[in-house]
Amino acid sequence: MNTTETFRLAFKAILANKTRSFLTMLGIMIGVLSVILLTSLVSGLKTSITSQIAGLGSNLIYVIPGKIGGGRGPGGTQVDKLTVRNSTALKLGLGNQASVCPAVQKVSNIYYFNKSSKEATVIGVEANYPDIIQSVKISQGRFFNNSESQAGQKVVVIGQTVLKNLFPDGSALNREIKVDNLKYKVIGVLEARGSIFGADQDNTVVIPLVSAQRQFGITNLTTIFIDAKTPENVDNIKKKVGEILAKSLSTDDFSVVDQAQTLSTINQITGVLTLGLGGIAAISLLVGGIGIMNIMLVSVTERTREIGLRKALGARPKDIRNQFLIEAITLSGLGGLMGIILGILSSWAINPIIQTTITWWAIVLSFAFSMFVGVIFGVAPALRASRLNPIESLRYE
Amino acid sequence: MPLVKLTQVNKIYKNSSGLEFQALKNINLTINKGEFLAITGPSGSGKSTLMNILGLLDSPSSGSYELDGSDVSKLGENDLATIRNRKIGFVFQSFNLLPRTSALDNVSLPLIYAGVTEKDRLSRAKQSLEIVGLADKLGSTPSQLSGGQQQRVAIARALVTNPELILADEPTGNLDTKNSEEIMKIFHSLHKNKKTIILITHELDVAKNAPRIIHVKDGTVLN
Ligand SMILES: Nc1ncnc2c1ncn2[C@@H]1O[C@H](COP(=O)(O)OP(=O)(O)O)[C@@H](O)[C@H]1O
Ligand SMILES: [Mg+2]
Repeated sequence: MNTTETFRLAFKAILANKTRSFLTMLGIMIGVLSVILLTSLVSGLKTSITSQIAGLGSNLIYVIPGKIGGGRGPGGTQVDKLTVRNSTALKLGLGNQASVCPAVQKVSNIYYFNKSSKEATVIGVEANYPDIIQSVKISQGRFFNNSESQAGQKVVVIGQTVLKNLFPDGSALNREIKVDNLKYKVIGVLEARGSIFGADQDNTVVIPLVSAQRQFGITNLTTIFIDAKTPENVDNIKKKVGEILAKSLSTDDFSVVDQAQTLSTINQITGVLTLGLGGIAAISLLVGGIGIMNIMLVSVTERTREIGLRKALGARPKDIRNQFLIEAITLSGLGGLMGIILGILSSWAINPIIQTTITWWAIVLSFAFSMFVGVIFGVAPALRASRLNPIESLRYE
Repeated sequence: MPLVKLTQVNKIYKNSSGLEFQALKNINLTINKGEFLAITGPSGSGKSTLMNILGLLDSPSSGSYELDGSDVSKLGENDLATIRNRKIGFVFQSFNLLPRTSALDNVSLPLIYAGVTEKDRLSRAKQSLEIVGLADKLGSTPSQLSGGQQQRVAIARALVTNPELILADEPTGNLDTKNSEEIMKIFHSLHKNKKTIILITHELDVAKNAPRIIHVKDGTVLN
């Protein structure tokens, strides 16, 4: 019996029990659907973070307090040792090779009369902040200048979400808003920056570093941003930054990170996420495979007489084996196809809310895996069918 | 010219507790091409056992079986399946048609395993159904046919591969007298067309349709 014939037989058998076949395929379908959906969510996350980071500029170097990746040795890691003194040392040490911008961050509520923007990120920086971070752009008004920054004036540049919450009509310039309980004058509005996996980056206000330190009573910095000006300079500047900071700080108290490192860390994290989530989804594929085996065993028993008859009429054991094996593979293959279609559709449907990126390898891999599951779980029932004794099978009631 | 030659064939069944039962004892039997033979005997005498061996569905415990000039008693499962497909047509007491499947598809079933193309399968199945007088029932499924018609479909299926030997085990066992006579008429016309037919039945009246009758009792051939 040739393959076309065997496939036709498989389709006939599947169609003869539509409901049962569909329910059996459902297991595989859900498995493939979840593999595709979960991996597309993770790669969507990766794509959006990567583009956000690239938006910051590839010449960017950060100094952050504490030691990345542990440093939990004697003395432990200190995460509050970075101060303006360090950023000043960097400015002096690097001169015009790089620009340096110390920054603090805090979460506060922003008010304008009875309107508010809750849990906004307050960023305290110096006047060169928009020059260093590429994705920070002004859409209305202006950023604060050096003298406003140094004097710690109460001026603020607001993000799009804050604008929308406080000034639905869009006119914010020269109004006085409150960051917690202190008044600031709006001098500019930022362009939208979007969100990373649901975290709104536009619910933010930017004020001079000195003002932020005064208002919140903090002396330590959250980050020091450094612009190396050209990509070739990044390594060199990183080295110098380390040397300068090591004069006044223990190497356990700060980390110097560039964009390439950040990206590779993100790759690592999303890689682990993909493996973890993909693995969980693969287990559901396995469960679907067990469902197929179950149904195929039932089918072999139900069709014992048919198997006996086919053998009497000249079917060889391998013809019977192929018939049931192909039936199992067709079931799991169809389930896989439906899973792929639903996976793609649901990734598209979710995309406006959370960015998803469908990966072709996930489709190919999950389909191949579902076929593989069909073979693995189809073999036992198919062998059982092929070994049935024709005389006894013909007598089977 | 002999088509079937059984020499000293024995069949011993062993049940699960190890008890042996000899269902056939030293059977010697020669059947020539074109013969119409009835094998008869009381229930439990070993007729079906004999037919299973003749039909290559089972192998003898000892003795030899020559079919169409070659020894088939030592062949493996695959070869046996191929010979069953090419040389033997079965008619069973309980028809054994595939349910929810048209007469045409039921009849063409053996041809699938013979590697015949779909077009040829259908035209040969149609011819076969014409021989048994069911040219107007090609698309009918077993549940739409009477018992007699179902058995005629089964005969058409046995004929479709143009086999050397037709084996019928109690083909009229589930039919009334009128339908039984119809079936016998078909066997007579097949005999006229030089087919070799072995008819197994416990009813002497049915057996009398065949020119040659063999009596089996307790696993041995009488006279
Ligand atoms: N698979 C088997 N195992 C054990 N005994 C069997 C088996 N098949 C048939 N027999 C026994 O062999 C004898 C002959 O059976 P069978 O050939 O079916 O008789 P008949 O067809 O003449 O009625 C019976 O006694 C039956 O019980
Ligand atoms: Mg019998």
